[in-house]
Amino acid sequence: MHALRQWSVRHARGLNAFYRSFEAALVALHPLWKRLGYQRLERPVAAVERSVKGLLFDCRMCGQCILSSTGMSCPMNCPKNLRNGPCGGVRADGHCEVRPEMKCVWTEAVAGSARIPGGMEALRQVQVALDRRLQGRSSWLRVVRERVGEN
Amino acid sequence: MIFEDEPVPGYPLPILPGHTSPGRFERVLRAGTFAVTSELAPPDSADPEDVYRRARIFDGHVDAINATDGSGANCHMSSLAVCALLTRLGYAPVMQISCRDKNRIAIQGDILGGAAMGVCNLLCLTGDGVQAGDHPQALPVFDLDSLSLLETARTLRDEHRFLSGRRITCAPRVLLGAAENPFAKPCEWRAQRLAKKVAAGAQFIQTQFCYDVPLLRAFMRQVEELGLLDKVFILVGVGPLRSVKAAEWIRTHVPGVHIPDAIIKRLAGASDGALEGRKLCIDLIQEIRTVKGVHGVHVMAYRQEETVAEIIERSGVLGGRVPWYPGRDPQASTNRMAS
Repeated sequence: MHALRQWSVRHARGLNAFYRSFEAALVALHPLWKRLGYQRLERPVAAVERSVKGLLFDCRMCGQCILSSTGMSCPMNCPKNLRNGPCGGVRADGHCEVRPEMKCVWTEAVAGSARIPGGMEALRQVQVALDRRLQGRSSWLRVVRERVGEN
Repeated sequence: MIFEDEPVPGYPLPILPGHTSPGRFERVLRAGTFAVTSELAPPDSADPEDVYRRARIFDGHVDAINATDGSGANCHMSSLAVCALLTRLGYAPVMQISCRDKNRIAIQGDILGGAAMGVCNLLCLTGDGVQAGDHPQALPVFDLDSLSLLETARTLRDEHRFLSGRRITCAPRVLLGAAENPFAKPCEWRAQRLAKKVAAGAQFIQTQFCYDVPLLRAFMRQVEELGLLDKVFILVGVGPLRSVKAAEWIRTHVPGVHIPDAIIKRLAGASDGALEGRKLCIDLIQEIRTVKGVHGVHVMAYRQEETVAEIIERSGVLGGRVPWYPGRDPQASTNRMAS
């Protein structure tokens, strides 16, 4: 939902802080996840992630979430799937070239990043090409396994 | 500028120390010369002569010719094929690659193929959305974006491997370019985006049409503050406006092209709109030339390519220099062919 997505960008700072502690909690619970089995958890966790992030960010479940680096504006909502910044076609009113009724996700991302401490720095990182195999999988579980060095 | 080691057309130049390509365009840029490039609209035809005819009108006026890749999401002869035809005669094409129509497998294959055909310059673009062109039913691919495309090309060239890690026996020796639009929102972040492109491998930049020099100056100041002036060659996009009506249409219908009111007023006040459009373009080139950090201009004159030579000539930016074209140095070619 577009309105809720814009709310999320306006509250990028709080959402980012919340996610940081949420991620830390997930990482701390790694032994539990391991006991339950990451494979078995994949589907239910992905379903929860899909509904929560879908509601807040119009998440497309790319499986490689970079919301913290894009001011809580999901780049997969860009019709060109741009993950490294706006294209050259952004309209004078800051709206999308392809979908003129929608605000450019990257003008939002720049605004949102300015609200997150270190957000502008994160925005400058070059994002590598997506791994399309991860589409539909849980980004949360992937991050936990990366953090604990298991993958 | 005449290089004494100018090869037989179609043969690569020796790669000079510090250069990444055997191309003439890189030599012109690194020599500190004010460079001029233009854009060839690929034909809706399978006739090579259509390509050569379109290239010939730039002879003696441009250092490199961009071959567009389905620009505006319209179908034309492929940029790879146009480039392969151009290199046969020794032209220095800039092969545009858009992410709209091909995935990473096809794109990497085209980069190798292009380099094998003598392409020395790539321009890595995201590409227009399919809704803009004549096939809005098509699947938009966008597997990569312009940044990951730059990184991909750099990986092929510098690490001698595909994205998969598989080795390449002979890496493509190419100069990497990207586009930037200093005039689109969010303006304050455009220089940062340029920095990202440079970090991803861009060595030269061709910008969107510039009709607002103060905005360009502000952008270039930011580029300078980011310490990028000696890291990237910036060529500013310019082009003649055909009439006040055309200008109005472009500014309302073509996303990303910013035309200030003063320009509209100037065109409206002229009795001959097309002539005034060309004069305006010449004035812009001369003004843009004085902006610190600008290394050249990229003249885009879609469907009025025949005006490019005159515009460049009258702007005086070549300063009497005659960029290479087939047949420019008949003596040198004969000598080298004999040796």
